[in-house]
Amino acid sequence: MATSATTPRLHVRSDFPIFAREIDGRPLIYLDSAATSQKPAAVIEAMDDYYRRHNANIHRGVYTLAQEATDLFEGARERVAAFTGAETATTIFTRNATEAINLVAYAWGRANVGPGDVVLITQMEHHSNIVPWQLLCQGTGAELRYLDVSDEGTLSLDQLDAELAGGRVKLAAFAHISNVLGTINPVAEMASRVRAAGALSLVDASQAVPQIPVDVAAVGADFYVWTGHKALGPTGIGVLHGRRDVLEAMPPFLGGGDMIRVVDWQESTWNDLPWKFEAGTSMIAEAVGLGAAVDYLGELGMENVRAHERALAAYALERLADVGGVRVIGPPDPDERGGVISFELEGVHPHDVAELINRQNVCVRAGHHCAMPLMRRLGVPATARASLGPYNDASDVDALVEALVNAKKVFA
Amino acid sequence: MDDLYRDYILDHYKQPRNFGELEPHDLEAHDHNPLCGDEMGVHIRVRDGKIADLRFHGQGCAISQAAASIASEEYVGMPVDDVGQLDADWVIDLLGIPISATRRKCALLNLKVMRGATTGDASWPE
Ligand SMILES: Cc1ncc(COP(=O)(O)O)c(C=O)c1O
Repeated sequence: MATSATTPRLHVRSDFPIFAREIDGRPLIYLDSAATSQKPAAVIEAMDDYYRRHNANIHRGVYTLAQEATDLFEGARERVAAFTGAETATTIFTRNATEAINLVAYAWGRANVGPGDVVLITQMEHHSNIVPWQLLCQGTGAELRYLDVSDEGTLSLDQLDAELAGGRVKLAAFAHISNVLGTINPVAEMASRVRAAGALSLVDASQAVPQIPVDVAAVGADFYVWTGHKALGPTGIGVLHGRRDVLEAMPPFLGGGDMIRVVDWQESTWNDLPWKFEAGTSMIAEAVGLGAAVDYLGELGMENVRAHERALAAYALERLADVGGVRVIGPPDPDERGGVISFELEGVHPHDVAELINRQNVCVRAGHHCAMPLMRRLGVPATARASLGPYNDASDVDALVEALVNAKKVFA
Repeated sequence: MDDLYRDYILDHYKQPRNFGELEPHDLEAHDHNPLCGDEMGVHIRVRDGKIADLRFHGQGCAISQAAASIASEEYVGMPVDDVGQLDADWVIDLLGIPISATRRKCALLNLKVMRGATTGDASWPE
């Protein structure tokens, strides 16, 4: 049994209150961070403190509390933007990544996409980066086309070039890291080729922001979206980073309070960025929580988070090979993948795998992971997926392996 | 022995009864369990208002496959009109294992498909 690959750098489990929880007297082995991450005490406390001490509606209030709440909210935006290398004014809070993508598909898409145009996505997208484009194409007469996924779980830049050479692509949308395969896509290179072809790009970084250092400006996409709850933050908040000129030219998404400058009887004018895209009372506590989450991640250092999870993923790949009958899906090289490991166990359906290993409190996900087209491409009905967070260590991988060995015995 | 994965469940999973296709057939339906990606179809041959023969097909977990296999032995010979009267408890009692909320749809998929084929009502059995 190989243990050489594991040199975990982080020892942060005690920062996460949920790990004090035991179920049936056993500790929690949480390997489902790709679905949602656990939250450090700093995030929970920041939100609690906001409600206990600073709660008021933001913008427009002149009293002290309202000013504090506004400062907390806008301060969180500044730190979130700094964390990802983006501009504050072009960092828009949404409900989640899904809403961010829908915002672009509706507001930008309806104004810029028409019959005969192509929206290009990939076979490895999450449903949230597929369905909004299907709706857009159905509503406008545009065509939705896909980049293939290779057997190793990667995309082809040559195929991207070929699609762009067709001259009809208006927008290309692709994941930074796949939530099923773990593949880290060359998004900066892709965005630059898309731009050179005169099209816009959207990167779904829902899995990337929690796992690797990201730099929105360096990626250079027109839209870069992610979701707070996978990045140690609360549910109910997502982020859309957009290119300023594109956001300024776009019509708004939702109409209502906060997003307007002047409302007249028949028409209105829009607020400045980012508020033009933030209609209604914002998710204030959630923004405060997300601010605390990026502060926490910033203190850990995303280089360290990546190194930790890379080492752990490498260890997991080695140990899973020892189980026998485990087939891992996605790139075999830990340098090319994040801490998301989908696998099949021969003769045991993923749903049964998840059920059996849950008896040892090992939490993994089984199913199509909101990527039914990718499942079809891979020729599997479903997979089991173990995914890592900064709080995991080698003992979690060992527990997974032991649980899988036991699961195999039941079905032997 | 395992409470859920009993020997007879595993036996039906590994050697499902009445599995495959049935040509020609009189009734058919196909459905999914959106939670886990299980899919199941059925072909039914009817004679004198009764289910003369049937075959399930598709892919799924041990619970969904074993449930279909076990239930298939009950469906054969049943008046077609009776299928619509069967409810969730009927399947779960037949299985004889503790089915948690998260596995309920796995157990019920075969009845959903059967009801879809015989009554056109493809809602989840209650
Ligand atoms: C790659 C990817 N994109 C988008 C999403 C959607 O995130 P949310 O449901 O928070 O909008 C997820 C998570 O489920 C994901 O993994």
